[in-house]
Parts: sequence; C-alpha cells; structure tokens
Amino acid sequence: MSTGTEKQNSTVIEAGRSIRHYWKDIWRYRELFYVLSWRDIAVRYKQTAIGVAWAVIRPLVTMVVLTVIFGHFAKLPSEGDAPYAIMVYAAMLPWHFFANSLSQSSFSLVNNPNLITKVYFPRMIIPASTVFTNLVDFLISFAVLLLLMAYYRYVPSLRFLLLPAFLFFALLSSFGVGLFFTALNVKYRDLRFVVPFVVQLGLYASPVAYSSTIIPEHYRFVYSLNPMVGVIDGFRWAILGGESEIYWPGFLTSAAVTLLFLLLGVHFFRKVERTFADVI
Amino acid sequence: MSNTVITVRNISKRYMIGHQRQAANTGFRDVLSELPTKLWRRLRNPHYLGNDGEEIFWALKDIDFEVDEGTCLGIIGRNGAGKSTLLKVLSRITEPTTGRVTIRGRVASLLEVGTGFHPELTGRENIFLNGSILGMSRREVSRKFDEIIDFAGVERFLDTPVKRYSSGMYVRLAFAIAAHLEPEILIVDEVLAVGDARFQKKCLGKMESVGKEGKTVLFVSHNMAAVKTLCNRGMLLENGQMAFMGAAEEAVEQYLGASILDRKEIVWSGAEAPGNRYIGVESIAVRPLHGAVIDIESGIEFSVGFVNKEAGKKISCALRLYTLDGICLFATGVFLSSDDEGDAEPGRYSARCVFPPNLLNVGAYKIHLMFVQNRRELLFGLEEAIAFEVEHTVKTVGGHMTPAQGLIRPKLDWTWQVSQEGS
Repeated sequence: MSTGTEKQNSTVIEAGRSIRHYWKDIWRYRELFYVLSWRDIAVRYKQTAIGVAWAVIRPLVTMVVLTVIFGHFAKLPSEGDAPYAIMVYAAMLPWHFFANSLSQSSFSLVNNPNLITKVYFPRMIIPASTVFTNLVDFLISFAVLLLLMAYYRYVPSLRFLLLPAFLFFALLSSFGVGLFFTALNVKYRDLRFVVPFVVQLGLYASPVAYSSTIIPEHYRFVYSLNPMVGVIDGFRWAILGGESEIYWPGFLTSAAVTLLFLLLGVHFFRKVERTFADVI
Repeated sequence: MSNTVITVRNISKRYMIGHQRQAANTGFRDVLSELPTKLWRRLRNPHYLGNDGEEIFWALKDIDFEVDEGTCLGIIGRNGAGKSTLLKVLSRITEPTTGRVTIRGRVASLLEVGTGFHPELTGRENIFLNGSILGMSRREVSRKFDEIIDFAGVERFLDTPVKRYSSGMYVRLAFAIAAHLEPEILIVDEVLAVGDARFQKKCLGKMESVGKEGKTVLFVSHNMAAVKTLCNRGMLLENGQMAFMGAAEEAVEQYLGASILDRKEIVWSGAEAPGNRYIGVESIAVRPLHGAVIDIESGIEFSVGFVNKEAGKKISCALRLYTLDGICLFATGVFLSSDDEGDAEPGRYSARCVFPPNLLNVGAYKIHLMFVQNRRELLFGLEEAIAFEVEHTVKTVGGHMTPAQGLIRPKLDWTWQVSQEGS
C-alpha cells in the first residue's frame, strides 16, 4: 500500500484513537437523524385512536390547569398586561420541549441496544434524533399558541421573529444535558430514577408557572444557573413583547451554562462512546 | 501494486469479567461502597489495577492478517472462539484493546437479521428504516425497493405491521434488504443460521453472486459446506487466536479434525478402553474388503472388539455412518443373541459389518458406535469412534473412475435402445 490515493477511502481503527472522521461520518449518516425520529413518531401514533391530537391536548390541558391554579387561585401576577394563559403557555412551549428531549434522549441509548451492538453509525445520532422528534411536537404546540393568541386577540411585537433563536438555545441545552445523561446511563442505570426527578424539580425551578420577576435580586444569579431560565425568559420576551423585560445578566449566565453543558456533554459522550457496545 | 483492502495488525480484545456483581445493574451505590476498599488496596499495593474479583478474558489475541480485494474469507471456529468479536472490531462496533486495522472501501456489516426492525411498523416502513440503518440513503432504498420486495416475496404483506409476519417472512425481508447493500466489503455473521432450506439457498446464491462481482466478503458460519462452496480463503480461530489462515478447504478440514482420519485401526489396552460399567470397547478397525485401499469398489469391513460386562441384557451393537460434515447416511446394527429374544452373556465379543462395494462415494466419513439395550436404551455410545476416507478407484484401463455427485455411489442397471432410425 504505497500510493496516497488510498487515504481518501481508508478507515483506520485503533485502540484509544478517536476516529478522525467522526464528524464526517455524522454528515454521511445524516439521514438517520430523520429516519430514527420518523420511526419514533410513527410508532407513537400507530394504533392510537386520537393519534396526533395528543400532541395538542397535552400542552393545552397543562396550560389550563396551571392558569387556573397559579393564575386564579394563587393570583400570581402576569407579565405586563398579557393574559396569564399566554404567559404560561409561552413558557410551557420550551419547557415541554426541553423536558421531553431530556427524558427521551437520556434513555435513547439504553432503549436501542441492538442499534449499538449490531450496527455502526456515530452513536450521537441516537440522542440527537430524539431531540429532533420533540421539535416536531414543538411545532404542533406552537400552532396551538397561534390559535391561542388569535383567541385573545393578542398581537405580538416584532420580537416574535427572534423566537427561532431562543428555540435553538433550548435545543442546545437539552441536547447537551441529554448527551451527558445518556452516556452515563449506559453504565449506571440509576439514572432512570434521577432523570425524572431532575425534570420534576426543574419544572418548579424554572419560571413556567410564574414570572422571573418574582425572584428577589440577590437570588437571581443562582437562579439563572438553570439554563431554562434564559430560554423561558427569552420566549416570554419574544412572545409577550411590550413590558416584558429580559434580565440580561441572568440570560447570559444561562447561556454560558448551556454552552458549558454542551461542551462537557459532547466530550464525555465521545470519551465513553467506544465502550457502549461492551457495556450496554 | 497490492490490492489489500483489509489489513489487521496485532489486534487483541480484552474483556473484564466481573465475578462480584452483575455489570448490568451497576449503580452509584455499588461504586461508592467499593471505593474505600479499592483505595485501601491501592495504598498497600501501588500496582493494584482496581480490578478486584474481575477476571481478564482475551476474546482476541494477536490477530494479524491481510485480505485482498475480491477474496471471500471464511472465518470458522468453535463457539466462543472469537469470531463475532473479530467482526465487531472490523465493523467498528467495539474498540480493540491493542492493534490497528486499516480498511479500504465502504463496509457493510450484517451481524443480525432485521436490525432496527420495529414490530409496529409495516413492511414498507421497515424497509426504509432498516435500509437507512444499514447505511443506504433513502434514494437508494427507493431505487431498489421493487427488487427487495421481489427477493423477499412479501408483496401482499407490505402494508401490514411486521409483528404479524411469520418468522420466515421476517427473516426473508430482513435479508432481502441487506442483500441489496452495495458495499465494497461485506461482513456477514452466521445469518444463514436462521430460515428454512429454501431461504438458505437463496442467501448462499446471493452471496455467491456478490463474490463474483469482485467484492470482498468476510463470512462467519458453522455451515462448513457453505464455507467450502463460497469461500476461497479460510481462517480458523481457536480461543481468540489464529490457528490457521490459508485455503478455505484446508481450514475446514483442520476445524473438523482431519487428524482423526489417520487412525484406521485403534486398539486400546485395558484401563484406557472407552466404556462404562456395561460395555468396554477394546478395538475398532476399518479395512477395505478387497485390496489395500478403501475406494469406491473395494467394499469396507468394519470390525469392533468389545467386552460385555454385565449379564442379563438384550444387547444390540450398532453404528451410524456420517460424513465429516455431520450428515447421517445410515444406521445399522445387529442383535447379539442367537435367537431374537435372548440375553447376551458377559464376555469378549467381536462384531463385524460389511459395507458392500459401490455404496459410498469418494469422501471422508466417520462412525458413531452404539450399544443399545432392548432396542431403545443406549448402554454406551462412542461418538466419532473412527474415521476413514473413500478414495477414487483407479482402473487399470483408462485411469480413475469419473467423479460423480452424491453421497452414495450405487452401481445401477441402465438399458437403452434406438427407438427410431434417422432424423
């Protein structure tokens, strides 16, 4: 083997060596993102009576419950003069996306042992495709938001157009943490208790049912370490417009934490990826 | 310029077998509770690896070989020899502990039929799912869709969920998808083990045509006949190490233990004689009936000398004849009593069986010897008691007899006549 043309097509497998073309491989297998998430969606709604309607009913009902309990009974203030329902819904959208992405991606590897032990493709595609699946759910719920705004005759400001940026933020944070959990879960099965617990706790620690404005000043920094704080505040800012303000230091803290989790998650995942087939 | 597509250098794979706890249920609590013990041990002995209670198991050790383009390499060996592990390393599913592999070309691995199949999805949906998982783009799958259906023969059931398929249909569909991959290197792991005879024939046929297209194939199987037919090179793995690498036929022979072919007459002395409290076998021999060499026309005499240790039994001495690959040709035996009812007395016996000339074809055979009581209960059995080879008969005029297919080679009567003159 002497000519240089082999290099193009050559794969080298070696102990302890991170495959140099991992990212190229991810590009090569890019269709799998779509195929795996399509699989999950198709399976989810097979043999169901109401089918896709579930994607709409869930956020709608949660919103109604939260509005009634926290808005009417607890009389927590809304932001500005936007209807409480929309304030809650604006937060629920990203929260559901994050919670579901996190839960599903954390168990994605363990739920697909055959894909790990019998076939090769970059394993990161598996948790990534669950995030993808939830994106679809998000879009459906988003349509409901539009209906809701129509119902309240509420017209958002131009900030609304920045929504995709915050969505991307949510995507990164759920992916980062999800990667970390799913890699851990392959070896340590405790996570099946830890993850639901974290998600539940997160629901209260994030400004879903309330507005960030009720958090006192001196707690703000610690509070902002929760990446979803930045995301939800951003969503509210974009949707509610007007008097809704973003507390920028808090937002940047959340963004930094997200980035940190993403880098840590990817690094950790890549490091233990080579042992998955042996341990799962 | 060399055409090497796969270069394997010094590959080893080590697993740690934990004896204390089930690896699958590892929890933080277990790790934490073992931490102090491990720390203490490490303080006392700096070389302690922390693998207390775990055994090192080398699934592969020092594997070193090259495969040229267009070769079909059969990888054979006992269960646990390391075949599947080697395939996993080559497929990048698991990482080797040491060593280096260089592969030139696109690889497709078929380690399981129906990887990723979801029972709730229909056949049509699973084709796209499985095809994508195996590495085909959706466009490729669409292009080959009709061929795949045709190969699998499941057209009527395309839109039913796969959980309703029979196991045969399932396997046919799964293989049909995989069969239409177009990699440069194909790695196949014992997928022929599933499915009925017709399916296996189809699989073999497809793999043969893949080989003819000049692709490189690595094939793990326990089906020696398939390995000999399909493969030109063979590798024998034993306990994780390469025991042999060369021509496929030789690898198969070595695996089947061609060494038992050397012994055509075996005599055991007293204590070593195989047997139990009922029977002891003292000698076995296989000889040509006529001439010096066992061939198609010589006839074969099988004789066994044994001891019947206990009285009061209706004993038969019997044998089964097998090809070396394990196909049984026939069973035959004799009742050891002058009338059909009597008991065999204790004592030394010798039994003799004659296989007529023009019965067995050229090949290697082995004999399982059995002693049976009351026509049903096995008193003592000696598997692979002895083996022999039937050679081509050399005719004094015109050289060897023409080779013919088949396990048996009977001499049958043919008559012929001209029924109408002219054309």
